Amino acid sequence: MQFPESWLRSLVNPALDTAQLAHALTMAGLEVEALSPAAPPFNNVVVAEILSAENHPDADRLRVCQVDVGESSPVTIVCGAPNAAAGLKVPCARPGAKLPGFEIKVVKVRGVESFGMLCSTRELGLEGAADGLMVLDADAPVGEDFRNWLNLDDTLITLKLTPNRADCLSMQGLAREVGAITGAEVRLPQIGGVAERIEDMVPMQLSAPEACPRYLARVVRGIDAQASTPRWMAERLERSGIRPLLAPVDITNYVLLELGQPMHAFALSRLNGGIEVRLARAGETLELLDGQVAELAPDMLVIADAGGPVALAGIMGGKPTSVERVTVDVMLEAAFFAPAAIAGRARRLGLSTDSSHRFERGVDFGATRQAMERATQLLLDICGGQAGPITEAVAELPRREPITLRLARLTRVAGIELDADQVARDLAALGMNVERQDDRLVVTPPSFRFDLAIEEDLIEEAVRLFGYDNIPAQPPAAPSRMLPQDETVLADDTLRQMLVDLDYQEVITYSFVDPAWETALDAGARPLLLANPLASQLSAMRTTLWGGLIETLRHNLNRQQERVRIFELGRVYASLAEQPMKLGGLVYGDALPEQWGAPSRRVDFFDLKGDLERLFGHALDARSGAHPALHPGQCAELWAEGQSIGWVGTLHPRLVQAFDLPAAPVLFELGSQVLVQRSLSRHAALSRFPQVRRDLAFVLDVRMPAGELLAALREASAGCVRSIDVFDDYRGKGMPENKKSLAIRVVMQDTERTLTDQEVDEAVQKLVSAARHQCDASLRA
Amino acid sequence: MRNPNEIVADALAAIQASPDLPTLEQVKAGYLGKSGQLTELLKSLGAMPADARKTAGARINEAKQAVEAALKSRRDTLQQAELDRQLAAETLDVTLPGRGLGHGGLHPVSRTLARIQALFRSIGFEVATGPEIETDFYNFTALNIPEDHPARAMHDTFYLRQDDLGGGELLRTHTSPVQVRHMQTHQPPLRIIAPGRVYRCDSDVTHTPMFHQIEGLWVDETVSFADLKGVLADFMRNFFERDDLPVRFRPSFFPFTEPSAEMDIGCVMCGGEGCRVCSHTGWLEVLGCGMVHPNVFKHVDIDTERFVGFAFGLGVERLAMLRYGVDDLRLFFENDLRFLKQFTH
Repeated sequence: MQFPESWLRSLVNPALDTAQLAHALTMAGLEVEALSPAAPPFNNVVVAEILSAENHPDADRLRVCQVDVGESSPVTIVCGAPNAAAGLKVPCARPGAKLPGFEIKVVKVRGVESFGMLCSTRELGLEGAADGLMVLDADAPVGEDFRNWLNLDDTLITLKLTPNRADCLSMQGLAREVGAITGAEVRLPQIGGVAERIEDMVPMQLSAPEACPRYLARVVRGIDAQASTPRWMAERLERSGIRPLLAPVDITNYVLLELGQPMHAFALSRLNGGIEVRLARAGETLELLDGQVAELAPDMLVIADAGGPVALAGIMGGKPTSVERVTVDVMLEAAFFAPAAIAGRARRLGLSTDSSHRFERGVDFGATRQAMERATQLLLDICGGQAGPITEAVAELPRREPITLRLARLTRVAGIELDADQVARDLAALGMNVERQDDRLVVTPPSFRFDLAIEEDLIEEAVRLFGYDNIPAQPPAAPSRMLPQDETVLADDTLRQMLVDLDYQEVITYSFVDPAWETALDAGARPLLLANPLASQLSAMRTTLWGGLIETLRHNLNRQQERVRIFELGRVYASLAEQPMKLGGLVYGDALPEQWGAPSRRVDFFDLKGDLERLFGHALDARSGAHPALHPGQCAELWAEGQSIGWVGTLHPRLVQAFDLPAAPVLFELGSQVLVQRSLSRHAALSRFPQVRRDLAFVLDVRMPAGELLAALREASAGCVRSIDVFDDYRGKGMPENKKSLAIRVVMQDTERTLTDQEVDEAVQKLVSAARHQCDASLRA
Repeated sequence: MRNPNEIVADALAAIQASPDLPTLEQVKAGYLGKSGQLTELLKSLGAMPADARKTAGARINEAKQAVEAALKSRRDTLQQAELDRQLAAETLDVTLPGRGLGHGGLHPVSRTLARIQALFRSIGFEVATGPEIETDFYNFTALNIPEDHPARAMHDTFYLRQDDLGGGELLRTHTSPVQVRHMQTHQPPLRIIAPGRVYRCDSDVTHTPMFHQIEGLWVDETVSFADLKGVLADFMRNFFERDDLPVRFRPSFFPFTEPSAEMDIGCVMCGGEGCRVCSHTGWLEVLGCGMVHPNVFKHVDIDTERFVGFAFGLGVERLAMLRYGVDDLRLFFENDLRFLKQFTH
């Protein structure tokens, strides 16, 4: 909400300068978002009248003007504006004036001396048409300081009001608040009743009394709608961000700003019979003031006449019944519409009006008549005419129940004891009815406050006026209990740090992705879709982290980053119940950063698998499998504790092409739940006896996975076998076409004694036999 | 018999002239070996008369010792020279870079989250989490934000489509639902923080549709607004490592707290002088907070007469931007490695 400081100060004028006032408002919860001068700084500009304007003898486009600046004799000013003409009142910058960006001096213009400058709005840094001189009202007093005449030493204050403070959406409400905060005296406009000169009444029916429990109407006949809006009113409207249009409309807008009561003026001749305030009927439409034809829903409140809806209650009037320049008779409306009956409706129609903004939050239902009187008086003063009596229909208005504020509770919540008398005075200054009973205050909120219903609401008001800053900041005292530290669960931060240590960069990508990525990665994917995405490429909840990782790779390849190693720890989404955390990673480019001491080599499947083994701290149960996004021959499913926990593999060549990548990245994705589960380390006795190593080379079919051979060997290993590992995979020269040789290292040791040759031989024999039977593997000759 | 002195003189000359250890060993053999000159001389003693044998024996032993001393000294010199040669040959250009993997890094948002969590853990806050796809109940209703409340307009909410997969759930607009979920399953006293992703339908220079928040909640029999101020001022000063960081609390409005406050810190960019970042106010809005609204406690059956609580929610990206001097929010989710790598140390 924006308003001119001068308007506020006309109602309450605390002894604070502008910055201090803004600070006081902010610290009371009415956040000042911006302070801006009504006009940029300039000086020495006066109201002047052009007495004559002759063509310059030596320049076609210039005029030599004789100008009355309020001194004994006119001054000569050369002017280039096309609209310079005798009789115009214009701003005139005198020699020595400082304007935004330049200074005025006496100069010769094509041989004629010019004693100042006649100004356009642009030269003064003001808003408005920039072509030609700024033309002032005919009654502008010649010689008067221009800033003073237009009240330009004013500040526009913009407040960022919270939705609970509807009562501050008016100058009257703000004045009351400032009075309470600063203790300054508040002078609200005196509003009396206008004389009733005609007898027209408006038949009226409240058919939705809960939604509209109070409706006031009044006929005013014989107005001049074209009367010009007084300058003081136009200025306040403009400085509050409302463009003056037509006097009757300006008046209702002014009352809205001044008192916070939205009003509406109907062209009486366009109304057909009496007024009914009712809910819209299915299928009804209404052409609104902004030209939009609204399709009304049955929960929308309307003002209707015999012919149907004429206004969307509390939101916007209808075009057919709106006041126009030719309108002579009007019906003024001031009503109370319940917040629940208005809230959300405007938004559904794509509207946000000053009226709906206020009604949604709560308008003072105790001041409806006052607003009607105020608007009528202004209308009669400005547009003339004769007013009839007010017709009022009332149903059950909201109630204001007394609320008990226990002083002990206030102290407990605030953390400091406040002075009870001061609290009572503060609440009273906010318009509340306060009754002191020994250990408590019984407080009845005023009709303009919609945010006070429970004790805590009053506590906030008390603390707010005491000043949040005056509450001490104290370190709380609490029993010291240690937090549990589960050693068998790897913290997410530790997991991240392990990956960082393995030369991975963490990334964070959006949870919503392009649905095309999802189906490209898995034709069968059915991601959850957003009903209102920002863009179609951000419309599907990801079911895998790979889309975002591949996109990150692309983004960086486009920025000449040739080696990319990234991971993300985040959720994927299947349903409300299923949003598991996943760890995903991608490697691309060289295995090592380019360096002098190591040959360049592209990163591959086994680099990534090795990283995962380091992450888990042990060998992985990786089984060949098929994943739609991965190369069928370079893809493994990872298993742990009898369940599949994820995939690792090279991106499928089809997708490398689809994502337009120069080469294939290697990817992994794991459910992080299993990954972070660790068993607690247990000590086992160290052997004092020598270990024995035997290397065995098996020849077997190239398609036989090493994992199967290892599993068979481990299964068959005697108790003395400590470890069995592959240390070579050889195929090619010296090997039959479809055979390979796997070199296996077997380490044996006993904790009690030195192994005998016979024991070692027997253990090896068992392994060889298992390899032969289960994997058709023979020892290499 | 040859004069031992002459032999010693010859030996010393030969030793000194030995260029390397093998030559030196040959020289040694020539004098002290099985048939070396001094050995032969010693052997000849047996043929001497007893008295002469004694004197001659002593002279020969002296000669042997002199030769051995010279051998040792020469050997040391040659060994040292050998070592020096080896060391010279093995000398590396230690200014060349080391070998191996590069270094990864945490995303600056993760890093900030970890830092915030560590600070709150240090005074006994536990970490709680909750789902990102949420129901209207947890995101709004249980937080005292009824349908059509104007406060809902403050949250531009993403909704899931209503179809066979989704039932019109929403993406949580704040981490506050975790408060409710936690209080449903845990009894006070409670002290938690809940970090995580949140979503708003908003995208421009200062908004991304996804960002991170940390929610905090402390429920106990004796916590007050003064405690809230104490904890948060302590946090901000420790987060920015500035003991003199000015803070202030302003009344504000959140449906789930009452009283509600907005916390400002003195601008860490300009020191409060006024700059673009603080819109020339000298203050930065960093956090919303307040005392838990009784309606929220009612939804989770916590006795509002016995327990009081405070809650706060802060934007992680905002703190990261201020801490690390990042001037464009969108950088966090572009994942440009040149940006991310700035936070690896």
